[in-house]
Amino acid sequence: MVTANTDFGYNSKVEGTVVVSRADAVINWIRTNSMWPMPMGLACCAIELMAVGSARFDIARFGAEVMRFSPRQSDCMIVAGSVTYKMAPQVRRIYDQMAAPKWVIAMGACASSGGMYRSYAHMQGVDRIVPVDVYVSGCPPRPEALLDALMKLQNKVRHEPAAKRLMSA
Amino acid sequence: MPADAATALKDKFPQAVVRPSSDHPAFNVPVGDVLAVLKFLRDEGAFNLLMDVTAVDAGEGTSPRFTVVYHLLSTTNPGSYIRIAAACANDAEPKAPSVVGLWPGANWHERECYDMFGIRFEGHPDLRRILMWEGYPYHPLRKEFPLAGIETELPVEDIAEETGTRVVAAPMQGGPFVASPGEINLTEAEPRAKDESWSDRRARPDQTELRQVKD
Repeated sequence: MVTANTDFGYNSKVEGTVVVSRADAVINWIRTNSMWPMPMGLACCAIELMAVGSARFDIARFGAEVMRFSPRQSDCMIVAGSVTYKMAPQVRRIYDQMAAPKWVIAMGACASSGGMYRSYAHMQGVDRIVPVDVYVSGCPPRPEALLDALMKLQNKVRHEPAAKRLMSA
Repeated sequence: MPADAATALKDKFPQAVVRPSSDHPAFNVPVGDVLAVLKFLRDEGAFNLLMDVTAVDAGEGTSPRFTVVYHLLSTTNPGSYIRIAAACANDAEPKAPSVVGLWPGANWHERECYDMFGIRFEGHPDLRRILMWEGYPYHPLRKEFPLAGIETELPVEDIAEETGTRVVAAPMQGGPFVASPGEINLTEAEPRAKDESWSDRRARPDQTELRQVKD
């Protein structure tokens, strides 16, 4: 059944009770709009992370308001704060416990690059221990910056070959 | 009592030597007498609160190299502090008696001191590292240890293997704690800071009138 219809929306006259779409589009649509964060709040960035969750900035508008404190239930780890070498293995351990597909946002200067902590105790960027999808600058970043990072991540997820990955997995 | 605590201490312990100090009375005592001195100050001198246990590293090649420093406060005489310093006998493996028996609060102070300087507190109930992880091979506040750190292994073996990550020396050039001459001159980087021709009473040259500060 080939039609010339290019609408993504449901058109009962053309399609009857069937909606036709690409598997990637459907899977990514589901993933982008309920991206539950794992709040890896390690320092002052976590305060801004809390502000993002509160009414004024309201991360719920982007489907990411369900902060899960269990890695098994979360999709996106937000590393908010300074990661010391002592803490780094725990960050990786929690990342390993998250179910795939999973993403990481490095929030703020410390998580992205070590920030002002150029010292023996501090990991110089969390991307040495977990793969980071989006980096957010700022010390700490404004809540809007984290929302922007989430939107950027959603945009990235939207263009992932999800079906192909599912089949090969 | 704290007012004449210094003389009482000198009477009781003639081996205590006045330590140069710009604020509070301070004494150098032999490390063997430090427990007795602190107990005397706590019980007879009303210095009932142990504020801090820390240490000084004079650097490699000096002797005595490590000095343990105690700060006591008298809560019955507010603002009355006394400082007791004791040089550790062994420069390679410094040791000091633990004062956890006198003040349980000394526990974590001494653990931090051990972590950062490598001073072993004898009689401590649980002398483990407190900031760095178990097995970290250095004592970071020793004089010869660089701020950037020394390359070593991550604390957890399987994660170090999986990620291939090591503890590396942090890049110091251009960092916030490095003021190397010839880099950024703040007066030039912020030329506005040089212009002092205007103030809150006199208007800025490019502004005709004073900005009114509203209450």
